[in-house]
Amino acid sequence: MSDIILKTENLGISFGGLKAAQNVNIEIRKKQLYGLVGPNGAGKTTIFNMLTGVYQPTTGKFYLDGEDLTGKGQEFINHKGIARTFQNIRLFNNMTVINNVMVGLHNLPEFKCNFFESIFRLPRFFKTEKAMRKKARELLKIFDLEEERNNLACNLPYGKQRKLEIARALATNPKLLLLDEPAAGMNPHETEDLVKTVKYIRDHFDMTILLIEHDMKFVAGLCDEITFLNFGTVLAQGETKAALNNPEVIKAYIGG
Amino acid sequence: MEFIETLISGLSMGSTYAMIALGYTMVYGIAKMLNFAHGDIIMVGGYMIFVTMTAIGNPILGLIAAVLFCMLLGVTIEKVAYKPLRGASPLAVLITAIGMSYLLQSTAQMIFGSAPKMVIVADFGNLQLGELKIPIYTLITLGCSFVIMIALSLFIKYTKVGRAMIAVSEDKGAAQLMGINVNGIITITFAIGSALAAFAGFFMLMKSPSLSNTLGAMPGIKAFTAAVIGGIGSIPGAMVGGVLMGVVEAFSLNVSAIAPYTDAIEFLILIIILLVKPTGILGKVRREKV
Amino acid sequence: MLKLGNAKLKHYINYIAIAIVTLVFGGISLSGSLPFSTINLLEKIAISIILATSLSMVVGFLGELSLGHAGFMCLGAYIGGKASCLLEPVFGNSIVSLIISLIVGGTVAAVFGIIIGLPALRLKGDYLAIVTLAFGEIVRTVFMNSSSESFGGSLGLSTPRYDKKYLFIIAFVLVIICLAVIQNFIRSKHGRAITSIRDNEIAARATGINVTKYKLSVFTISSLFAGIAGVLYSYSNYRVQSVNFDYNYSIEILVMVVLGGMGSINGAIIAATLITYLDTTLQTVLTGNLAVLQDLFYALILIILVIYNNAPSLKTFRTTHNLKSILNKFSKHDPSHRRDDEAKWDRVPTKIEMNEVLSVDIQPTSSTLNPDKKEGK
Repeated sequence: MSDIILKTENLGISFGGLKAAQNVNIEIRKKQLYGLVGPNGAGKTTIFNMLTGVYQPTTGKFYLDGEDLTGKGQEFINHKGIARTFQNIRLFNNMTVINNVMVGLHNLPEFKCNFFESIFRLPRFFKTEKAMRKKARELLKIFDLEEERNNLACNLPYGKQRKLEIARALATNPKLLLLDEPAAGMNPHETEDLVKTVKYIRDHFDMTILLIEHDMKFVAGLCDEITFLNFGTVLAQGETKAALNNPEVIKAYIGG
Repeated sequence: MEFIETLISGLSMGSTYAMIALGYTMVYGIAKMLNFAHGDIIMVGGYMIFVTMTAIGNPILGLIAAVLFCMLLGVTIEKVAYKPLRGASPLAVLITAIGMSYLLQSTAQMIFGSAPKMVIVADFGNLQLGELKIPIYTLITLGCSFVIMIALSLFIKYTKVGRAMIAVSEDKGAAQLMGINVNGIITITFAIGSALAAFAGFFMLMKSPSLSNTLGAMPGIKAFTAAVIGGIGSIPGAMVGGVLMGVVEAFSLNVSAIAPYTDAIEFLILIIILLVKPTGILGKVRREKV
Repeated sequence: MLKLGNAKLKHYINYIAIAIVTLVFGGISLSGSLPFSTINLLEKIAISIILATSLSMVVGFLGELSLGHAGFMCLGAYIGGKASCLLEPVFGNSIVSLIISLIVGGTVAAVFGIIIGLPALRLKGDYLAIVTLAFGEIVRTVFMNSSSESFGGSLGLSTPRYDKKYLFIIAFVLVIICLAVIQNFIRSKHGRAITSIRDNEIAARATGINVTKYKLSVFTISSLFAGIAGVLYSYSNYRVQSVNFDYNYSIEILVMVVLGGMGSINGAIIAATLITYLDTTLQTVLTGNLAVLQDLFYALILIILVIYNNAPSLKTFRTTHNLKSILNKFSKHDPSHRRDDEAKWDRVPTKIEMNEVLSVDIQPTSSTLNPDKKEGK
């Protein structure tokens, strides 16, 4: 049991009368690639928003590594180990690529350097900066972005922006990585590349990844387990192939 | 007796603030920007009344000229300064609006000089009701602004343009897809807001005839405060906030111990309201999309 | 650090320039041949630079608009001025009382920065601007109506003089300190966190940046220096009157920041110097009703610069016609390839081009193209 990283218990939220998500129970084990699938408006991003503290769930609880994080703030949840990307990319557009990643490294304990040390340029400032820079370059290398490290983030092509966002999230050293439609808007070649990268992240960082995706092929090729959502409720859950062949799921997708 | 006199003067001042606040709130609701130059439109209206009255001598014609000129000015400012920035950062728009306010003030000072002009619109005298002494202009202000606000509410609720305005304020993109001319609606909003500012200028000159290039600056800021207190973007909110502001001001001015601090008190109320309830009394919570 | 390469030199060029100016004019002043008007101008320039760089931190780097900078300065001027009045019988008119007044004035302004910064955590953009404006007006009104024994009421507070020969040198030393603090702060991981908040607050939060802490610290540091500038003002003018710290003064500081290019500290320094110089020289040329020409000029600068730098429709024009690309045409330098990052880690953008900084009310322009629009409402 101890290898369960994320566990949600009857997680739900309603906006006014609209129940955007209800009774969502998910268990994700360590190093798992877990998919959150469903048609538009099924409440997938809403669940991400609850897990990262953007929205406060109205019912239920969720635990990261056994610790109850329900109702905590966004920064706190990130410090505890959940990092995310956004459906509509949110980079620090006017900062360089490497600075984007370095913002991600900001809170790691090994890169501590307080206001005083920064303002008076004490030795630790230089040590920290150098170490952060080195670490950021290592991360960028994995995503094939090292060459572009001094370009402004907004000048990157779309596919690379997506990658940079993942790199930034990884830089916070999370236990669980949430990817919101990472393949959206990518061409088949880029998607293939992304599948490889995601798998590499899992293996290289021993990362647990929860992702939202529309593309069934992408999900089938990548995820070990999925949860299928429709209108805020769980339709099917379990091993990817089996869940996708669930008649309810087929009905929801094809209609009937 | 004094209480009622203060209350009426407060209500009259408040309805003037409400007129200005309506301009702020409508522009904010539809163009999603704080039109800092709005207060200075009042001043321009005041000068227009002054010019017409020295030429023709009729205050009503002065008011009409002011309303027309302000509408034109408001629309021009929108087209020249704000429209190019649509889609740019709100900070940029805000700074441009501040620049516009500055530009109007200094242009007025260039044309009319810095010495205040005396514009005596009309002297109506006082209404004596037993011990109660009420200046007639307060009643005119109250009556006129009441009628204007009712008309505006009806306009927004029942006409096609009004409903289009609501649609644009809810969702610009969706409104455009429904075939609403968003640019046209924004233009109309600026025109209406500026016309209301011209009326406010007229009311203010009725109250005190001194006209200078900073006539609109303070009332503008206070009316914005009123709009925020009422909940920015909300039309009834602007009315409530404006009246509240005027009444607080009148009562505060009436107590000699705190009279000099009146401005500070009003701003303090603003800060407190924003801290306790940032959406104002009647404002809606706007959720940020993530 | 030890080898001062070309790029390193670039970082310190502003200190060097200011140090040279200080040394040159300081030398002339000590020899006693610097005219009073020049000394006055130098003092004013130093004050403006401190104000502009500290406001630049809030507007250019944090991306929030403060319209109450003059209010913080007013606090510093009155409190610091009062402190120096009280200290005069103890220490005489010495550097000790000057330093203590600077600390007192700056600290009080900083404390109010925290107090007014607290709403900054909840408010953004227009709301914050109006709250800071309200704060400035409150400060002014309170000092205006103070009793004549406490802060001199509407007549203002008379404050001690300091030897004019030295005051501007002290002022420039303070400029260098201010610059060092702000610049080192901005060019550190903390500065990066602040710029990330400006660029995308939601993403900054999701990346674990403590937005509250950083907004508050930027406000505090910025108001600290505004307070220090206020104390300098009181020493430079011997009289502090609340009328001088009105909203228009805050706007003038904002003009300096915008003219210098938001997010550029050196730009703010140059613009502050230029505007202060123009202010004093034009005062003698443009008298009476012509004085308004100057305001008109500022207003036009604000409008034209901001529209030019931010209008979405001018974006392609900007990228093809900016100074850098024109220079590149001459030097045949390939702009797409940058030199190694070691020296440029603290590169900050010179223009704000953010779409989501004050994002509470902004509608994403691409929302209609967004396939999963209903999500996350």
